Amino acid sequence: MQLNIVEQGEVVKIEIQEERMDAHNSGDLKEKMLQLFDDGKCNLIIDLSDVRFVDSSGLGALVSGFKNASAREGSLKLCCLQPQVRSMFELTRPHRVFEIFTTVEEAMESY
Amino acid sequence: MSSQIDIDITVPNQTRYLGMIGKIGESLAYTLGNYQGDREELAYHLNLVLTEAMANAICHANACDPTKEVKVSISASDKSLIIRVFDHGQGFDIQQLSKEKVKDTDEGGRGVQIIFKLMDQVQYLKKGSGHVLEMIKHLH
Repeated sequence: MQLNIVEQGEVVKIEIQEERMDAHNSGDLKEKMLQLFDDGKCNLIIDLSDVRFVDSSGLGALVSGFKNASAREGSLKLCCLQPQVRSMFELTRPHRVFEIFTTVEEAMESY
Repeated sequence: MSSQIDIDITVPNQTRYLGMIGKIGESLAYTLGNYQGDREELAYHLNLVLTEAMANAICHANACDPTKEVKVSISASDKSLIIRVFDHGQGFDIQQLSKEKVKDTDEGGRGVQIIFKLMDQVQYLKKGSGHVLEMIKHLH
């Protein structure tokens, strides 16, 4: 999975530079987030601007990141969901778990 | 004039083919002759259902064995769409799995539930030495 990691102070932004997050590549995101948590970086923003498709594995990776961040007293927030991705979240309900922002700037300001 | 479409695809048992199969589902949604509903929504749903069913066959039923194959068969008429995904696994009780409660913070367990939400009839049947997941969507 192609990821762009940008550190801004206490917050790490992960841009998912893929059209799809599915069972083929979502394990890479999970692994990257675990590395960040091990390095003590527990406030994450996942930028989904490029993502057009998410399956249950992709959602599972995000939920895993959310739980791990919360367990370390950090947080994982999402931004820039395309309409199809948002409808997938509504279909499967984890949108009730995440803080979701329209823009990266709004997500940054929330920290 | 017949509008029947039949597609049979066999791919190696590897998740790298999920995107390709999903895109075939999307293309089909935009190609169906007399469909009156929201094609963009149908395209996303077919992509999702095919991805979930294939991932289930590849990662669970076929235990991620890259030497195995997964066969997908899609039949579309004016009235319905039938998707069948064939695997080499031991099988499981899909009805039971579809009824299990998934909490918001559970990492897994959503794949089968997505299939049940988006398709009108779902069956998982013994077929030869493996199983077939048959999913039907009514188009009218």
